[in-house]
Parts: sequence; C-alpha cells; structure tokens
Amino acid sequence: MNMNAVLKVKGLTKRVVSPEGELTLLNNVALDIKVAESVAIIGASGAGKSTLLGLLAGLDVPTSGQVWLDGVDLFALDEDGRARLRAEKVGFVFQSFQLLSNLTALENVMLPLELTGRTDAADVALQVLERVGLESRQGHYPKQLSGGEQQRVAIARAFAPRPKILFADEPTGNLDVKTGGTIIDLLFELNAEQGTTLMLVTHDSHLADRCLRQLELEEGCLRGDT
Amino acid sequence: MTALQLGLRQLWRDWRAGELIVLLLALIVAVASVSSVNFFTNRIQLALANQSNDLLGGDLVYSSGNPIAAEKIATAVAAGLQTAETVEFPTMVLAADSSQLVALKAVSHAYPLRGGVHIANALFAPAKTVAETPAVGSVWVGSQVLTQLGLEVGDRLTVGAVELVVAAVLINEPEQSGGMLFGFAPRLLMNINDLPRTQLVQPASRVTHRLLLAGKTDRVAALQRDWQNQLEPGERLTSIKDARPQVTTALQRAEAFLGLAALVSVLLAATAVAMAARRYVSRHLDNCAVMRCLGAEQGFISRLYLWQMLVLGLMGCGAGVLLGYLAQWGLVAFLGPFAGIELPPANGWPVVLGFLTGMITLLGFTLPPIMQLANVPTLRVLNRELGSIGFNTLTAYVVGGLAFVLLTLLQAQNIKLAASVLMGLLLLLFVLALLATVLLLLLKWSVNRAGASWRFGLVNISRRARHSIIQMVGFSIGLMALLLLAVVRTDLLDEWQGRLADNTPNRFLINIQPAQVEPIKAFFSTENIDVPVFHPMVRARLVAINDVAVTADDFESERGKRLASREFNLSWAAVMQQDNQIVAGRWWTDSESAWPMLSVEAGLAKELGLVLGDRLTYSAAGQTVTAEISSLRSVDWGSFNANFFVLAPPQLLVDFPASYITAFYLPESQHAFLNRLLQQFGNITVFDVAGILAQVRSIVERITLAVEYVFLFTLLAGLMVMYAAIHSTLDERVREAAILRTLGASRRQLLTGIVLEYAVLGLLSGIVAATVAGGVGMLVAERIFDLDYVPGFSLWLAGGLIGAVGVGLAGVWGTRFVVNQSPLKTLRQF
Repeated sequence: MNMNAVLKVKGLTKRVVSPEGELTLLNNVALDIKVAESVAIIGASGAGKSTLLGLLAGLDVPTSGQVWLDGVDLFALDEDGRARLRAEKVGFVFQSFQLLSNLTALENVMLPLELTGRTDAADVALQVLERVGLESRQGHYPKQLSGGEQQRVAIARAFAPRPKILFADEPTGNLDVKTGGTIIDLLFELNAEQGTTLMLVTHDSHLADRCLRQLELEEGCLRGDT
Repeated sequence: MTALQLGLRQLWRDWRAGELIVLLLALIVAVASVSSVNFFTNRIQLALANQSNDLLGGDLVYSSGNPIAAEKIATAVAAGLQTAETVEFPTMVLAADSSQLVALKAVSHAYPLRGGVHIANALFAPAKTVAETPAVGSVWVGSQVLTQLGLEVGDRLTVGAVELVVAAVLINEPEQSGGMLFGFAPRLLMNINDLPRTQLVQPASRVTHRLLLAGKTDRVAALQRDWQNQLEPGERLTSIKDARPQVTTALQRAEAFLGLAALVSVLLAATAVAMAARRYVSRHLDNCAVMRCLGAEQGFISRLYLWQMLVLGLMGCGAGVLLGYLAQWGLVAFLGPFAGIELPPANGWPVVLGFLTGMITLLGFTLPPIMQLANVPTLRVLNRELGSIGFNTLTAYVVGGLAFVLLTLLQAQNIKLAASVLMGLLLLLFVLALLATVLLLLLKWSVNRAGASWRFGLVNISRRARHSIIQMVGFSIGLMALLLLAVVRTDLLDEWQGRLADNTPNRFLINIQPAQVEPIKAFFSTENIDVPVFHPMVRARLVAINDVAVTADDFESERGKRLASREFNLSWAAVMQQDNQIVAGRWWTDSESAWPMLSVEAGLAKELGLVLGDRLTYSAAGQTVTAEISSLRSVDWGSFNANFFVLAPPQLLVDFPASYITAFYLPESQHAFLNRLLQQFGNITVFDVAGILAQVRSIVERITLAVEYVFLFTLLAGLMVMYAAIHSTLDERVREAAILRTLGASRRQLLTGIVLEYAVLGLLSGIVAATVAGGVGMLVAERIFDLDYVPGFSLWLAGGLIGAVGVGLAGVWGTRFVVNQSPLKTLRQF
C-alpha cells in the first residue's frame, strides 16, 4: 500500500436487489487517494457517486471489495468500529446540510467534539465558527439561518475536530451560484489550512475544476482519473 | 464526554426546542392524578393505624342485641381480664322546644379500657384526654347537639324520662360506631347507672350491648377462642385486628374507586406519552443518523436516550408528585370529614408509588420506539429514503400493555380487582372505539356529499382515522365522566325524588311500646294529624331453614352472610299493604290468622336461596317459631312506608315481645308536634327521613365532588392525548397548509377547515360519550335505584356541545401557527 495514501480502495462492488432484478451500483472500483489531495467524484445522476462516497466513509457495506482508511481496513470493523474511526478521522458536509434542528449553530459545531469527549468543545467550536464568519449567529437555530449560513455551520462542524479526510456530498447543490462560490472557497481554504484530504461528489463543473484530481464514474465503473 | 453528560445536555437542548413538552406534561398529569389519590388514602390508612390501639376501647369487644349475661362477665373476670360495659342506641334528646337525634352511649365506670376520651370544657375550647366517664346525672355531648339545641355546658337536656346536666363537650371517644347514617348523628356519652331512669330501653328496643375486655394477650386470645365457638346469630366478637368502623370500610371502597379513576387518567396519559414518543423518535431519526455519521456508537446512542428518558422521568415524576401532594388537599376537603379523625401527614409511600407509576408509564411507552433510534441506518444522511426504520409496533404494544397491567396491579394491589378493572376498561375502550369507528364511517360517507369548503376539514378526520379514533376515545372518556357526574347523576336524583308523592312519610317513630300505641293514636287525633298505621315489630334471629341450623358461612355473598347473622324485624298483618305485591304463592285468609305461614320479600328470598314451601325457624327472647313460606312479595321500598322482609299472620307471633313502628307525613310547619309527642312519650325515637335524605344527598354530593375532582385529571389527560395527537401530525399539517396557501387558499379557509375538523371530532366524541353515559345511567337506574330512566335528548345535546366547543377551541389553539406561518419559510424547511 502506498504509504502516502489516506484512502485505498480495491475491487469495490455494490449490488442491490430491486424489483427489476439485481442492480449493480458500483463495479470493481479501485483507487488510491493521497494525503491532502482534493478529489472530485463526477458523473451523471445514477452513476454511483453517492454510493461510492457512502462506502468510502463506511456509512454502508459493499457486496465485495475493501477500503483502507488511514491504513485501517474499514470493513474488517463492525458498524460501531467504523463509527469510532469516523469520529477520529472523518468529517462530512452534506447537500441538505444535516444540521440538528434542536441545536443552535454553536451546539451543532460542538457535537462531534462532544462525541469524542473533548472538554474544550465550546471554545474550539466558537473558534471555527469565527473562522467561517458566523460567530454572531452562534445562538441561532438552523431554521433561523439562510441556506448558505447553514452550509457554513456544517463546514465548521466538519472541520472542528480537524479530520484527516473530509467527504462532501454535493455541498453546493442546494445553494445559488454566488453562495455556492463562497462555500467552495471556504472548503478549499480550510482544506489548505488543515492539510485535510478533500473528497467531494459534485455535478458542479466549477467545483470539480478546482480539485487536483477528478474521478469520473459511469454506470458504477471508474471511467476516468485525471 | 459520557452518555450521561451528553444526554443531560441534549435533554436541555430538546427541552428548549419544545420537543419534550407533551411527554413531560402527560407524565406530570399521570403522576399527579395517582399521587393526589395515594397521598389522601395514605393519610387515612396512617390515621387508622395510629388509632387502632384505642379504636376499640379494649382488646376485645363482645357485642349483642341482648343484655350481657352475668356469667359472661364472671367468666371474663375469672380469666383475669378487665371489663367495661356499654349500651348504645340512637335516640332523641330534648331541650326547651327543640329535639335532636343522637347516638347515645351509656358506659360503665371502667370505660374505656384502652385509649381515652377527648373532651373540652366549652364549645371550641381546647380538647383534653381524660380516663374517666360522665358522673351520674351528667352527660357529655358532641358540639352539634349544643349548637342545634342552643345549649351550653352546664345546661340541662332531657334524655328519655330524665333531665341530665351537660358537663362537657365530647370531641371523640374510642369505638365510635353507628354505621353510615347514625355515624353522622352527634354523639352523647352518659353514665350507665342513669340508663334505667331514662326508661329508653324497653323490651324489643333496638339496642346494642357491648362488653369491653382487656388484659394479657394470651388470656384475651384464649377467651376469644372459647367465645368464638359459642356465638349466636346477632352476637359478635371484635378484636383490634378487625376493628374497622363501617364508615371507614365505605371510605376504603371510595379509596379503591378513586385510585382506579386515577388509573383511567394514567391510561390516557400513557397514550399521550406513546404518541409523543413516536413523534420524538421520528424527529430524531435525522439527528441519530448524523450522530452515527459523526462517530457515535449504537450503544452510546441508546445510553444517551435512555439517560434522557430517565432524567426526564425523574423530573416529571417529581413535578407530578408535588402537584399530587397539593391536589390531595382538595380530596381532604371533600372527603376528610367522613373519616371523622384527624389525618396525620403522609409518609413516603405515595412518593414511591408516584415515581414508580411515572417511570413505568414513561419507560413502558417510550422505550420500545426510542431504543430503535440506535438502529437508524447511517446512510440516511445521504438518502432519506434509505433511512426510515420500520417500527416494531407489536413490541411497542406488548411492552405498553405489560406496563399498563403493572400500573393497574400497583394501584389496585389486588390481582382479582386489577383483573376486573382491566377487563372493564378493555370493554369500555372497545365500546368507545367501536362507536367512534361507526361515526367515522358515517362521516366519511357524508363528506362525499358535502361541499368543497367542508371537505378540507372533514376529510382530515377520516384520512387520519386511527389518530381520530384514539383522540375520540380519549375525549369520550373525559366527557363521559363529566356527563355521568353532572347530567346523569342530577337526572337520576331528580327522577328519584320526583317519584315521592307530596305526602310521602317523612318521619318514622320506633321503639313504641304496645301499651303506648293507643295513647299515641289518641295524641295524633287531638293534634289533628292523620293517624298512621302502627306496625308491630318482633326482633328475631333466623336459626334454621328446613330444620337445618343456619350460620353465616352457609352463604356466599356478603349480604347473605350479614342477613343470616343479624336480627330480623318480623311483623304481622291481616291485610297486605298497598305498596306490596304477591309474586308467588298467596296471602293468608282470615281463617288462617294463627297458621304457621310466612310471607317473605322476594329479594331476600333470592339472596338466602329460599323458595315457597321452605320452613323457617326464628328465635326471639328464648322462644322459637317455625313456619312455612306461603308467599313471596315484591316491596316498593321507595314508598318510604314501614315495610318488612318477613310477615306473619296476625296471631302467630302474639306471644313474642314486640314494639311498634309507624311512618307518617308531618308538614314542616308542624314541627313542634314532635317535641310535644316526645315530651309525653320520651322513650320513642323519631327518625327524620327528610333530614336523613338531606344527609344522604350531601354525602353523595361530597363523594361526587371528590370523584369529579379526580376526573378533572382524566379530562386533563384527555386533552394531553389531543395535544399529543395534534403534535404528532403537526409537521404534516404545517407543510400541507403551506402548499395550500401557495396554491391560493386564504388564512380564513385554512382556519375554517381546522375549526371544522376539531369541532366535528369533539361533536362525535360528545355523542359517543353521551351514548355510553346514558347506557351506564340506565344500568345504574335499573340495578340500584329500581327506576326506569331514559336519558333525555339534553344529554346528547350537552355532550355534543361541550365536545364541539371544547375540543374545537383546543384544536384551533394547538394548531394556530399552522395558519400563521409564512408558506415560503415552511416550504424551505422541508
């Protein structure tokens, strides 16, 4: 295994049974992602982008194949083991933000820190909120924030525990072009500051162009790696 | 950070976001309802336990309708026991021109052997405990006697044929008895040596003689064993263990009833808890998926929510117990006076019961869905469609059902009672749900024929049919309790009183000696009052049926046992009274006036398993008589005439000692007649039926108030169900309203729809409640009051109106922000 690879994938296949018969969502995907790399997974709808992202983050299990995340064989772990690994090494940004509606902006950012038992959760979270320019909205609930602000809180939440790798699923999908641009800038700034590996699924060609590497999926197969 | 720490934080965050309010409120209602009843009953039980030592005035009491035989006293003394005698009966006392019924107790010098008598030197003066009895020539009387007769300590009053000086105010004394009605008559304590001079005790007078015994435990126990086997019908032995005055027995029944009424609130509150838990879980699915995504383990999430529920439970139970403690003062105010004793502060048991009830309710109804939260697929964060978890409804029902069985057992503390309550509740729920379903189907049918503006509101009811039925059952129970207590009760009492003719007898005279019958009749004539019929009365015990000796154990029912062990009032008559009717056999002819025949009241015959032709043997004053049942009669007890269970032909009982009884109507304006009568015939006792009826009515009203009070919690719990139901569909409603408004619906149209939906739901619940309340009323009327009661239209009108207005308003209040929220804002949230 390449010692610089934070993520290594071998023979990753996912099949599901549907009313129309067996469906192959992902077929024998193999790839290496290096530390601090920024990678865009692109492709048409239904190409298997989100399936790949879910498997890489250990949110789902494959039909066959292996994924090593920071040297750990993901699927040799049970679900709780993968959860522990995510807590230590992984950050997420979602298309629909996925902020907890009953928590304020600050508390949402504190949550991953609290889950790892950090006692300085509030201080760290506040610093990151300041970094994304939302310190004045720290006491607001998600429904009191605009879409762009919610995504900034989500980014703060993802970067607060300083993850090794950050997965983003269509991070600008729900935002207008201008707000989306600001969010992309923020993602790449933090990626550079923290040396985090960035792995994102997107339809947005501007966003994909800013990544060092682009992986193109077509009908579950990896067609291009540029 | 531990699951507990984060759980506490999350609890606070959920609370602040308003996620827990229904859960907590429902829990508080459940716990407060049960606790208010439990605190009250606990205080009664403690009071009884504290008093048990001097409750009897001795270690053992032998009681009989006949004077205590000298041998009995000699045996007890020989066994080294102390003895004291009491004679007790209700009688009238006079002062100047007014009279008052009292429960008179004449006591011997040694009374009481255990405990003390509480007296005061003047009205409202501080009480003191004395170990003595009233001196010869004096009496101690309850404060009510003094206030009713306008007397003070030191004044004289007439007891039978003597005048005695009131020497103190009697606060209470050991071994107060007298039953439900006479238990409320004010008490009079006098010296037993004055009793003969009063001439109140005559042959066949209704008097209870008691011999109090005290001494070393083993000797008392030995004597109890010996005497127990020799007890004749009408004689009793009472030890501290079974010393419970009748009033407190009735009170204990009331306690059980109140406890079970509280349980209905718990059931409803539990339904609200279950519904709120459902919503809580569905709103937390995303949160759990995100937390899983952020690295929380399944066990951690389970622990997190378990801690949250435990802490929430403790908070809800604490608040509920506190509220219950405050609310019990209401019950003490309504029912406390029945206890006739001062209530000590409660111990910790109701607190324990309150917490147990609350935790069982909360955990039983929330844990099954909440524990499933940990199983939420993490992929939900990427694709919501993938992340729904199938609720295991069966597990939830089974666990919830078990929780409720446990709650019922906890409250009833008796498996048989709990089982019958559960069966009854299930039946009630089934009937309510069935009625609700039928009405819903009718509604669905009619909605298709209604205009478009109505359809929006009404369609919601049938579309959410399951929710609607649960809500309707919840409201119906609350409304039913309200209608039963407020409408049906009043109707029944009015119906019953309305049946009494204007000249219905309102006074009874008893203890009339045979020689006094003619002089009293003459007295009536001179006073221009219609002379009533005087009935002879022989106190006799049923000793054998068909020559087989009778004991109380021969009968299964409590009433049968009581009837077999007490003395009967036999009477004789040549002609049957008009309010009696032969239902089997025949009345005797003039030529049969000395024949051994008996006419038995049909209800008594059924209770004792007697049929025509059975031979009954009665014993009175050492003589026996055996006669055959020649007829069974039905008796209209509501006529308030003097009536008898067992009648004989006129000559059969002539050799037995008898006293006479009569019932007559006395206009209130001629009240002074009674005083003149009593001044001339001091030994007779007057019962003021009107007064007793008023007392019964006030007792019924107090009990009703207490029950209504407990049912307030039921109504509150019903509202909780509604609130929970509204909440559980709130997200859906908000989104629907936003879409409708986007499509051009006005606020007014939305509001009309919501008002209609809840008003109709309330109306239907009211109809269901009125139907069931009417049914219960008819059953009670037929079984207990022997009345033909047909609930009036007003019952349905009241039910429908209260339901429609009450539920309609509450519904609009609960969903008010559905119409007030900006549609754009709403749609952006989903």
